[in-house]
Amino acid sequence: MLRVKELKKDFGKVRIIDCAAFEVRADEIVSLVGPNGAGKTTLVNLISGHILPTSGRIEFLDRNITFASPYKRIKMGVARNFQITNLFLDSSVLDNVRTCLFSVYGKIKRGILPASYYRAITQEAIEILDLFGISEKKDLTPPNLSEGDKKILDTAMAFALKSKFLLLDEPTSGVATGDKFKVMDTIVSAIRREKMACMIIEHDMDIVSDYSDRVLVLSEGVIIANGKPKEIMEQDNVKEILFGVRA
Amino acid sequence: MEHWIVYLLNGLYFASFLFLTSLGLSIILGVMGILNLAHGSLFAIGAFVAAWIVGAFGDNSPLTLFLVGLLAALGVAGVVGLALETSLIRPMYKRALEYQLLITFGALLLIEDLIKMIWGGTAYYASKPFTVMGNFGIGSNQYPFYFIFAMLISMAAGIGIWMVMSKTRVGIMLRSISMDREMAQAMGIQIGKLNTLAFGMGAALAGLAGALIVPTTPALLGIGMDPLILAFIVVVLGGLGSLKGALIGSLIVGETRSIGIVFFPEIELPLLFLIAVIILVFKPEGLFGR
Amino acid sequence: MGVKNAILKPKFLVYLGCFILLLFIPRVLPVYHLILFESGITFAIMALGFNLLLRYTGLLSFGHGALFAVGAYAVGMTGKYFPELYRIEILIPVALLASFVVSAIFGFICVRHTRVFFSILALALSMVLFALLVKLYNITGGSDGIHIELPVMFGKSFEGMKRFEFLSGAYYYLLICVFAAATIIMFAIVNSPFGKALQSIRDNEVRAEMIGIRVRRYRLYAFILSGLFTGLGGAMWSFVNGHVTPEIAEWVFSGEIVYMTLLGGFMVFEGPIIGAILFTYLRLYAVSITQYWMFLIGATLIILVLLLPEGITGGFVKLVSKMRRAPSTGVAQC
Repeated sequence: MLRVKELKKDFGKVRIIDCAAFEVRADEIVSLVGPNGAGKTTLVNLISGHILPTSGRIEFLDRNITFASPYKRIKMGVARNFQITNLFLDSSVLDNVRTCLFSVYGKIKRGILPASYYRAITQEAIEILDLFGISEKKDLTPPNLSEGDKKILDTAMAFALKSKFLLLDEPTSGVATGDKFKVMDTIVSAIRREKMACMIIEHDMDIVSDYSDRVLVLSEGVIIANGKPKEIMEQDNVKEILFGVRA
Repeated sequence: MEHWIVYLLNGLYFASFLFLTSLGLSIILGVMGILNLAHGSLFAIGAFVAAWIVGAFGDNSPLTLFLVGLLAALGVAGVVGLALETSLIRPMYKRALEYQLLITFGALLLIEDLIKMIWGGTAYYASKPFTVMGNFGIGSNQYPFYFIFAMLISMAAGIGIWMVMSKTRVGIMLRSISMDREMAQAMGIQIGKLNTLAFGMGAALAGLAGALIVPTTPALLGIGMDPLILAFIVVVLGGLGSLKGALIGSLIVGETRSIGIVFFPEIELPLLFLIAVIILVFKPEGLFGR
Repeated sequence: MGVKNAILKPKFLVYLGCFILLLFIPRVLPVYHLILFESGITFAIMALGFNLLLRYTGLLSFGHGALFAVGAYAVGMTGKYFPELYRIEILIPVALLASFVVSAIFGFICVRHTRVFFSILALALSMVLFALLVKLYNITGGSDGIHIELPVMFGKSFEGMKRFEFLSGAYYYLLICVFAAATIIMFAIVNSPFGKALQSIRDNEVRAEMIGIRVRRYRLYAFILSGLFTGLGGAMWSFVNGHVTPEIAEWVFSGEIVYMTLLGGFMVFEGPIIGAILFTYLRLYAVSITQYWMFLIGATLIILVLLLPEGITGGFVKLVSKMRRAPSTGVAQC
C-alpha cells in the first residue's frame, strides 16, 4: 500500500532523513520507534504531506504522492493524528467527530438540513465515540477534557475519516499508564475491523511488541532495522539504540 | 520632462508621510501582532496639535513654532499611545485577536470625538511654515522647499528608527519579539514593557506624520482615515514588519498616487487599492514579506 | 425525531408567539415608533448576515456597511434607470444579485488572508466603495444620493400615498415575512453540516483543512451568504429611509454594525437581532442628548469588550445558568 524509496530530507545542511526505504502492506500495523530526535515525526510529516522531501519517492496505492498536497493525500486515504492535539476547541466532542464524518460523506456541500437530522451519521459518530470510550463526554468541549481524552478524541477524528492508511503520532502519550493498553486495544481493534493499514510512532516498547505486526527502528535518520517485533528486539544494534545495552 | 520631475518629487513628498505612518503601524503590528485601527486617529492628533500650535501665537516665528509643533505632536501622540496601550490593550493580550481589533476600533471612535471636543469642527490651517520656506525653481516650475524639508525629517526619523532597531539593546529586543514572541519571552525579555514602548513609538511616528502634513493640508475631522488605509496598504504591499518593505511600499504608493492624479484625478484611493490588490493576488505575503 | 417533534419544542413555540406578536405591532405602536422599529428589523436582517461571519466562521469584518449599501443602492439605481422594473418582486432579486456579485469580489480578495488582515481589508474595500459612490456622482447621485420611491408591490401601486401610510400598512407585513424567512434560513444554515464545517474552520483551520474542508472556499461561501443577507437588509431599509446616501458605506456605519452585534451578543443566535433593534432606539436617544455620538459608541464598545464581551444575551445566558446552579445544599455530607 505504501512504498517509500530512498527518501531524503535535509534542513539546511542537516540531513534529518537519510535514504529511508520501506513498505507498508494493507492491513499491517507498523510501529516506528527510535530515540528522540531520530526523525520519526519528520518521517510522518513527509508521508502526510506537511513537509516535502529533498529527494526520494513516496508511493501510495501505486501512485506517486511525493509532492502531493496534504489535502490530496487525505482525499486518497492518508489520515493522521497530531502529537500536540489539534481539535476544534469551541465545538462539542460529538461535533468534532461528526464534522469529520460530514466531510467524508460529502454532506458539507449538499446538506441543507440541521445537523442533528442526519440521524445515521450522528449515530455513527456516537458509535465511534463509544468505540474509543468517550461517548459520555460527547457534549463537552475539548477544553473540558483531560489530556488523555483529548488524545483519544484526536485519534478518533483521524479514524473517522475512514482512510486506508492511518498515521498515529504517539497516540498514548499523555494517557494514564493504566489506560494505555485499553486505549491501544480500542484503536487497534477498530483499525483491524476496518482493515486499515497503520503506522504508529510509539515509545513504549511493551505496546510496540504487543500490537505491531512489524517494527521500523529509526536512528539519526536511518532505518537500522525492519522486521517482526520479537526478531528485531534481539538484534544487538537495536538493543544498543533503544536500551543502551552493549552486547 | 521637468513636469515629470515635479510629479516624482510630489510622489516622494507624499511617500514621506506614508513612510512614517506605515512604519509606525508596522512596528506595532510586528512587535505586538496588533493591527492598530486607531493609528489614523493618532495621525490626526499630531495634525491638530501642530496646526494649533502654529496658529495659536499669531504670525510670529512660524518656523520655530512649527518645529515646536512637530515635537509636541510627536510627544502628545506618543503619550496617548502609551496611555492606550497600558489601559486598554494590555488587558486584551490573553484574548482573541479580534478583541484587540475591537478595542482599537473603540479607541478610534473615542479619539475622533475627543478631537472634536477639544478643537471643535473647524479646520485648522497652518500654512505659514510652507509659505515662509519659499520655493526653488526646477526648469520653469516652482517647487516648495517645504517638501524637501518634510522628506528630510522623514528620512531622519527612518534612519533614527533603523539605528535604534539595529544598534541599541532595546531595539534588538524589540526585533527579537517580532520574530518569535515565545522564544523572546523564554529568554527573559520583558514583553509587557517593550510592547508599551513599541506602541508608543508607533503612535509617535503617526503623530509626527500628521504634524508634517498640516502646512499643506488643514487639520480637519476625519483626516486620519485615509492615512490609516493607505498605511495599511503600504504595510501589506511591502510585507509585514519590514522597514525596507515600508520604505519601498511607501515609494510605490506615493509615486502611483502622484502620477495617477495627473491622469485620473478622481480615482485616487480606489486606484491605489486596485494596484495593491493585484499585487496581493500574486503575492499574498507582500513584496518583501516573511 | 421528525419535523413534528421539532415543532412542539418550547423554543419553536416561543418564536411562533413572537411572530404573531409582531403581526400586531402596527396596531400598538404610534407611526413614528413603528418606522423606527422597521429600521431596526432591517438592521436585524443585516446583523444576522454579519454574525454568520463573526460567530460561525470566526471572521470580523469592518466593512459590512458597503454590502448594506450595495443592496440599498441596487434599489435606488433600479428606480432611477429602470423605473418600469420598479416592482418589489424584481427589486429584491436584483438587490440579492448585486450583493452576490459584490460579496463574491470582496470575499475573494479578503478570505485569502489571515483573520486580522481580513478585518482591515474589508474596511479598506468598503472605503473604496464609499469613494466610488461619492465620486461617480453622475451615476450614483454622489453625496446627495438617490431618492427612493414607493415601489409597486405585487401589482398594487402606492403612488400618491404618503410614505408613513405605506410603511404602516402593506410594507410592514412584507418586511416581517422577509425577516421571518431570513431568520429561518439563517438558522438552517448555521445548524447544517455546512454550518458545522464553518465552525470547525473558526476553531482550527489547520485541522479543518486536514479533514478535507477547503478552508478558503468555505470562507468565501460564508462571505457571500453574509453579503446576501446584509444586502437584503439594505434593500428593505431603503424603502423605510426613503433615501440612500453614500454614508452607509462609510466606516462609521460598518463600526455600528459591529457594535450592535456585540451589544446584543454574538454568541447566541438571536443576539444580533436584539442588538440591532436595541441599537436603533439607543442611537436615536443618544443623538438627541449629545453631539458626541462616536465618543459614546467608542466608550460603550470598550466597556462591552472589557466587561461584557458576550453582549446582553451572553450576560443573560450566564445569569440564567448561575441561577440554575444556585440552589445547592449547604449541608455537608457526613
